[in-house]
Amino acid sequence: MKVSELAALIDARSLTEGVSEDREILCGYVCDLLSWVMAHGEEGMAWVTVQTHLNVIAVAALAEMACVVLPEGITMEQDVLDKAIAEEMCVLTSPLTAYEICGRLAAQGIPAHG
Amino acid sequence: MEELFRISYPVAAADYTSAGKASTDIKRRLKQLGVSGDVLRRVAVASYEVELNLVIHSLGGELTLTVFPDAAQLVSADVGPGIPDLEMAMREGYSTANDEARSLGFGAGMGLPNMKRNADEFSITSEKGVGTTITMLFRLQ
Repeated sequence: MKVSELAALIDARSLTEGVSEDREILCGYVCDLLSWVMAHGEEGMAWVTVQTHLNVIAVAALAEMACVVLPEGITMEQDVLDKAIAEEMCVLTSPLTAYEICGRLAAQGIPAHG
Repeated sequence: MEELFRISYPVAAADYTSAGKASTDIKRRLKQLGVSGDVLRRVAVASYEVELNLVIHSLGGELTLTVFPDAAQLVSADVGPGIPDLEMAMREGYSTANDEARSLGFGAGMGLPNMKRNADEFSITSEKGVGTTITMLFRLQ
């Protein structure tokens, strides 16, 4: 599943204009503790989090994740989005809860590990 | 061993907005040198963890990347305060991070164990009142 297909699946829109949505999603994850995500993040991951500060982008980019997904209509400050665009990291925002986003991903066969 | 490349990054205490800059640059430079895949990811994760540790716990320090033909070395050296109990600090889940760090989602007590897990060789020395030095080696071949 590509990031663009995930966006359609969870009624999400991209906050990172110009960043490719062609990356393949290999696995999914939900966690708001960045230290924990650093230890368990994987390449190609779709990471659902309510954290919106700059370090989220650094963690996602360093772990080579596919995208960051913000639930419940949350958005990010422009300086954080600018960093995401510079790192070519797609950030999606969805009106659904983290629970429902993960449920839809799992139903489509996206595993916990890539 | 012949040294191909060396670069140092100063890391300021409690500067959360700049945290990750050194790690991002380290990853970019290694990529330019042809490092890729699993090893690049492991260096990136470990360098971010150690950079964050400097921001959260130290009074300031320096992160140095040295590249050899078959290995990359990361050395983090700070000017204090030093770790009182190294054995506890290496335990997963143990953290002395302050409220500011925790409010950003850090301080889960995963940093040092995660560095050790990602590096091929890991060593740490610390003296209270003097500082902490962490050395990590990553084999490139």
